[in-house]
Amino acid sequence: MSTPAASGRVRAGTRAVRLASASWRLHPRAVAVTITGLVLLALLMALNMRIGDIQLSLADVLAAITGEGPTHFVVMELRLPRALTGALVGAALGLSGAITQAIARNPLASPDVLGVTTGASVTVVAVLVANGAMYGGASGALAGLGVPATALLGGLAGALIVYAFAWRRGLDGYRLVLVGIGVTAVFTNVKYWLLTVGDVEDAGKAMTWISGSLNGRGWEHVTPVALALAVLVPATLFGTRSLGALRFGDDTVTGLGVRMNLARALMLLAAVLLAAVATAAAGPIAFVALAAPQIALRLAGTSHPPLLVSAVAGAVLANAADLVARTLFAPVELPVGVVTAVLGAPYLVYLLIRVRREARS
Amino acid sequence: MRLQASGVRLGYGDRIIVDGLDLGIEAGTVTTIIGPNGCGKSTLLRALGRLLKPAGGEVLLDGKRIDRIPTREVAKILGVLPQAPVAPEGLTVADLVARGRHPHQTWYRQWSSDDESAVSEALSMTGLLDLADRPLDELSGGQRQRAWISMALAQGTELLLLDEPTTFLDLAHQVEVLELVRRLHAEAGRTIVMVLHDLNLAARYADRLVAMRAGRVVAAGTPHEVLTEALLRDVFDLDAKIISDPVAGTPLVVPIGIRPSP
Amino acid sequence: MSTTAYAPPGRLPGGVPAIRRRRVLVLLTLVAALAVAALLSLTLGTKPVPLGDTWHALTGPTGTENDLIIRSLRVPRTALGVLAGIALGVAGALMQGHTRNPLADPGLLGVTQGAAFFMVIGIVAFGVTDLYAYIWFGLAGALVASVGVFALGMAGGRGGPTPVTLALAGTAVSAFLYALTSAVVLLDQQAMDVFRFWQVGAIAGRGTAIVWQVLPFVAAGLLLALINAPGLNALSLGEDVARALGRHITLTRVVGVAAVTLLTGAAVAACGAIAFVGLIVPHLVRPLSGPDQRWLLPYAGLLGAALLLFADVIGRLVAPPGELEVGVVLALIGAPFFVALVRRRKPVRL
Repeated sequence: MSTPAASGRVRAGTRAVRLASASWRLHPRAVAVTITGLVLLALLMALNMRIGDIQLSLADVLAAITGEGPTHFVVMELRLPRALTGALVGAALGLSGAITQAIARNPLASPDVLGVTTGASVTVVAVLVANGAMYGGASGALAGLGVPATALLGGLAGALIVYAFAWRRGLDGYRLVLVGIGVTAVFTNVKYWLLTVGDVEDAGKAMTWISGSLNGRGWEHVTPVALALAVLVPATLFGTRSLGALRFGDDTVTGLGVRMNLARALMLLAAVLLAAVATAAAGPIAFVALAAPQIALRLAGTSHPPLLVSAVAGAVLANAADLVARTLFAPVELPVGVVTAVLGAPYLVYLLIRVRREARS
Repeated sequence: MRLQASGVRLGYGDRIIVDGLDLGIEAGTVTTIIGPNGCGKSTLLRALGRLLKPAGGEVLLDGKRIDRIPTREVAKILGVLPQAPVAPEGLTVADLVARGRHPHQTWYRQWSSDDESAVSEALSMTGLLDLADRPLDELSGGQRQRAWISMALAQGTELLLLDEPTTFLDLAHQVEVLELVRRLHAEAGRTIVMVLHDLNLAARYADRLVAMRAGRVVAAGTPHEVLTEALLRDVFDLDAKIISDPVAGTPLVVPIGIRPSP
Repeated sequence: MSTTAYAPPGRLPGGVPAIRRRRVLVLLTLVAALAVAALLSLTLGTKPVPLGDTWHALTGPTGTENDLIIRSLRVPRTALGVLAGIALGVAGALMQGHTRNPLADPGLLGVTQGAAFFMVIGIVAFGVTDLYAYIWFGLAGALVASVGVFALGMAGGRGGPTPVTLALAGTAVSAFLYALTSAVVLLDQQAMDVFRFWQVGAIAGRGTAIVWQVLPFVAAGLLLALINAPGLNALSLGEDVARALGRHITLTRVVGVAAVTLLTGAAVAACGAIAFVGLIVPHLVRPLSGPDQRWLLPYAGLLGAALLLFADVIGRLVAPPGELEVGVVLALIGAPFFVALVRRRKPVRL
């Protein structure tokens, strides 16, 4: 029982941590997964920063970050912000997905269901296609300045619509999901239709954006996501306890003394903001928000998606995907969102099978 | 021997709950399995009803390995009512009970007069005829439990395995369900195996008691043989006095207190 | 005293025949709705054809302009709409029944994305330009994807796949295939041009040959769905009860998945990504049918077809002289209706 091999396989094992009158419960395995994830993330970011017009060695990258090397500008102004955007956006999406899945009590739910990503997509595609058709090259200039703001507005508007229709004397997780499906379907199909309206070239540009891309992301993209995470991560961690309670049926939730509608509304707001900010920075990167919590859950061996681990898993997934997206068909670069699913989906399937096999043996 | 477990090893994943257990159920008896929470009663019942495949050993139905008999054929002989079953929302009582006829139906014979009479008989035996059209989720806990029992009855099997059929029921309804079990046994000659928590009711309504602890059968026999003060100490860590039930003459447990475990 | 508790065997009390009568009434209403939709689909369009001429074209065509429009354009279009609508409605109901998940659409097992990926590969690698050939690629893709998902769902576990692993494996494979499709499309502009039109979903301009091509698949799928209904009813009581009732769980799941694959594969290969119909229709009919799959499946099929045709007719009329593809119209009218329904009553859980 007490052999290391045996205790390593105990699932959902928690350990109490007490400091003066405060006490928390920690999952040792979740902590280990988080630390491993952070190390992996740092490594992936460093590898990402090697790539560009000038190929650098890992040593060059390190030198540029710490000191004044000749490549200081390139690394600090161009490559670091891109890697950071990837990490922060991935973390935000992972966290947002974990919250959404907890509230909807459904492993298939993601911020897409909340109307955020699809709302952003349809707005941006409308702008890109309309401008392209009317003013020719205007979409290029617009992509630099206007797109993030457009996406943010579109995303929040989409969420607001879902939220408004789903609210009826309280917020029922099940109704939220169903309303989300309906609203999302409208956005998605209008988006598809818009893609057929413009010419192929604009459709291609729009496709790239709605796949999610980290190409050319600078500090101006890092800052908003970093700020949002700085505020929302502590806020959501504070809400973890009520989130745990929200997983049960409504009667149990109320019985546990949680102010159900308020808790749900606040956590949902956090999920929406995280997804909206992430989408504004990098486009609706597919699959991260859905897969990261499920991957985190299976790695940490917990019964529900752990918030911090989900965020780390999202960050790792986004950076790993960007690395592949830039090297696979180099010099042609794929949008990162194309690769997140190519990497994340097989890994999720592998985890599904492994967990089942463990349960069986 | 209608139903027999020999040397069964049962568990979920790598957690083994019951190991090397033997138990025989004779035709036309009411057998009740008792024991503390987590001792493997329900696990054993699930294995007897082929809901759980043993990791070792075998379960025999009428002398044949139960996992080698087509599951539909088993369903015509043996009915199981699992603990805490789920039903889709909006299902009416009549619909639920009708689902019990499933093993007797084929795609071209979906609702014969046998089906019809079996369902109405099952409903009347549990006193649910008046509630037949009500959605299951509008019923009280006790009514719902009786609806599930009706479903198992409508299946029309000679063998019935019931996992805690009296949960959620008040004392009167508990007695009612157990009277029903007795009637099924006395009038239709059915063989019944159930898991019960109430020792006094178990003693009154069972021909045979099987006491389990930690995955093993500690004692088996008539209620008089099994329910002794010594056994209650061993199995439940309970100090109790056994007196004679003034109504039925069966053993009656009067608890004194919990023994501190050694 | 005990014998008095036995009721004389015979008919059940009160409501049961009434419920059956209501169910038949709903069924007839849905059939009528489909008939009206089909009639509208035949007569209305950029060029309206009077009822008399429509009848003339159907019974004894003499080669007039209207005869040509009806026979070569409207009839195949309507027939395809009926086939695809029935297929997707039934497939959606099956999928939600098996996964017990309201988010499950017929494309959940990777069928839609499998079809899309194989079609795109057909264009890029084999230089296919003919729509008929696309369909074979689409059907093959649908089949490969769903068999793959089912195998993954089975892998590593004892017994059949659980609904959650099936749904997650399906979502993962779909996302994977969609990503591959996007990659190909982003690198190849010609494929992009075909793909974006397939993606919207339409039943216009498909021709009679395509209708005959998908008909056997839809018919086989419907037969399997019919066989699957009682088993699915048993499964809805939980796997333990289903097994106690003598159901072979894995077999029931395999039949269900095969039905969904055939139905959805045929529909999306011919009409594009319109699996959304299959997602909402079961939710619309479930309050009428109750949880009995033997009624739910036909209701969902009939309403799916009627909805698809109505949406198509509206798409022909709203933006003259052009048309709006049926996929867009479906979302624009279907989704608000769906949201309103979800809001009005407590959604029926699975």
